[in-house]
Amino acid sequence: MEENYDVIVLGTGLTECILSGLLSIDGKKVLHIDRQEYYGGESASLNLTQLYSKFKPSKPYQGQFGKDRDWLIDLIPKFLMSNGELTNILVHTDVTRYMEFKQVSGSFVYRDGRIAKVPATTVEAISSPLMGFFEKRRMSNFLQFIVDYTEDDISTHHSIDLDKQTMHEIYTHYGLQKGTCDFIGHAMALHHNDDYLIKPARDTYDRIILYLTSVARYGKSPYIYPLYGLGELPQGFARLSAIYGGTFMLDTPIDELLWNGQGQFVGVKTKEGVAKAPICIADPTYFPEKVTATGQKVIRAMCILDHPIPNTGDADSAQIIIPQNQVGRKNDIYIAVISSAHNICAKGYYVAIISTIIETTKPHLELEPAFKVIGPTKDVLMGIAEIYRPIEDGSKDHVYISKSYDPSSHFESTTDDVKEIYERVTGHSLVLKQRKTAEEEADLAGLD
Amino acid sequence: MTERRFAQFKLVLLGESAVGKSSVVQRFVKDSFSDFRESTIGAAFLTQTVDIDDTTTVKFEIWDTAGQERYRSLASIYYRNAQAALVVYDITQKASLDKAKYWIKELQKQANSDIIIALVGNKTDLQDQREVSIEEAQSFAQGMGLLYFEVSAKTGQGVKECFKQIAVKLPIEESLKRRRDRKNRTVDLNRRPNTNEQQCSC
Repeated sequence: MEENYDVIVLGTGLTECILSGLLSIDGKKVLHIDRQEYYGGESASLNLTQLYSKFKPSKPYQGQFGKDRDWLIDLIPKFLMSNGELTNILVHTDVTRYMEFKQVSGSFVYRDGRIAKVPATTVEAISSPLMGFFEKRRMSNFLQFIVDYTEDDISTHHSIDLDKQTMHEIYTHYGLQKGTCDFIGHAMALHHNDDYLIKPARDTYDRIILYLTSVARYGKSPYIYPLYGLGELPQGFARLSAIYGGTFMLDTPIDELLWNGQGQFVGVKTKEGVAKAPICIADPTYFPEKVTATGQKVIRAMCILDHPIPNTGDADSAQIIIPQNQVGRKNDIYIAVISSAHNICAKGYYVAIISTIIETTKPHLELEPAFKVIGPTKDVLMGIAEIYRPIEDGSKDHVYISKSYDPSSHFESTTDDVKEIYERVTGHSLVLKQRKTAEEEADLAGLD
Repeated sequence: MTERRFAQFKLVLLGESAVGKSSVVQRFVKDSFSDFRESTIGAAFLTQTVDIDDTTTVKFEIWDTAGQERYRSLASIYYRNAQAALVVYDITQKASLDKAKYWIKELQKQANSDIIIALVGNKTDLQDQREVSIEEAQSFAQGMGLLYFEVSAKTGQGVKECFKQIAVKLPIEESLKRRRDRKNRTVDLNRRPNTNEQQCSC
């Protein structure tokens, strides 16, 4: 093994793999290590043997749901926004060469004890059963304002200042009812609690635009999802990194971290020997003493079903949001539904992953409304995850640690973390360039 | 006149480092050879076509390991939907055949069960240094139901023939149908969003 690198990356979660790929493209010499024998770390997709041994160690998988290799269950349930930043990074780095994506069939919201499709266009809003006649007109006016709003054209602002006025004030301005505000804020802007109401409206405006442009991209829903599960994402970026010279070692525990006299990272010792680099990027599990719990804990229930979710029109995939107000909570409950249509389970099965931020001492009971929505289950595996964030920014010890994957339904906060770490590591902000074509890369490798 | 059909297949390369995996592909794709190659970097996604009859062209989408085989860190994404594999060893290095056997086992574990695997002994230009006999490799390949070839990336001997033999074994009809089906089901992220859609649906 070579001894000197520019960057050592520990953990092959999505954040680490995107950074590894971007830095390799920049010409940095990257060594990427994971103690586990599979890619993905906390954001891997596991087969049933792996999943049962992690969440039900006393009850190993017995083959009751068919062949193990047909199953790839995400540890962190999320979808990609079709027009979001992860899609943008995938396109620019051409990692899309290695993966295929499919639309998520529907986006639903829970209201008054049942679920309904989230209206995404003004037409859908007008035909939605979620609102009465007058409320539909008000909603339509509100959406028109959002769509028409142009920064440079003051006549489209309708005397609203997105940076000064709160979202609550804008809802009031359009006379929207509480239930309507709930699904704008939670099902379209994808806020998972109501803190946004008293903050400037800009962020919520941006989020609604992201939702609308994402729906506009392929129709049906704003989400896309990779065939064979989210675990394909870190693998795709790891391949990108490898193609640009990155060295990968799985199944390689860190025997020792090496520091200089100033407490700065200088390298690692593994079974392959000593590797040195002035910079380390890692997920929180590699530096437990350098991260702190945010206090938020997420409960995730992975449910195996043999039927589609009732009232979704037999959708093969869906996002269902239960806004907190609807069930007397502070945080929303999310249900991500995927099936064999995305090649993540055996034919005839569906996987529903329920998640929320824990609010009581009996977290499994908090998921009750979601269990009612999804109907009978064949089996349920539950896990609770602490959310960590780094204590320092890495400037002192040269260790740049990513945040835990948050409970949001998409990857926007993950790509924010990627960009922040990239900037701290390189000293400049990330500018995505279109990757070279296959031919140009062939030339680069001397294959001319 | 019948229209020409193009069937596309993913082919993955496997084998120990330095047996000449990339060189075999370089010979096939560019019909060239360089004596001093760095370990694979940069190019890991090449295509080349083979006409198998008057109406059918097979396009190979060739995946190189990008060095990820070195510490046995190939991702499952690498094997995913591969329809053919070239497992390369060096006829002058006996140990490289054992490594080839390891990769064949991995393929049987991780790849589609109908994948076509070719065992390829490279460096026939170095006959005087031969450590692996044709008989030994051939009988192993036969026992495992693999295609078997000996080639020289340096002289080009056997390279084209090897890919052609793989091409004629591939399930053309099935592939054309599967590709059509998949096109209808998946989305193309490189397609720019249709910005008019929002207004149109109003």
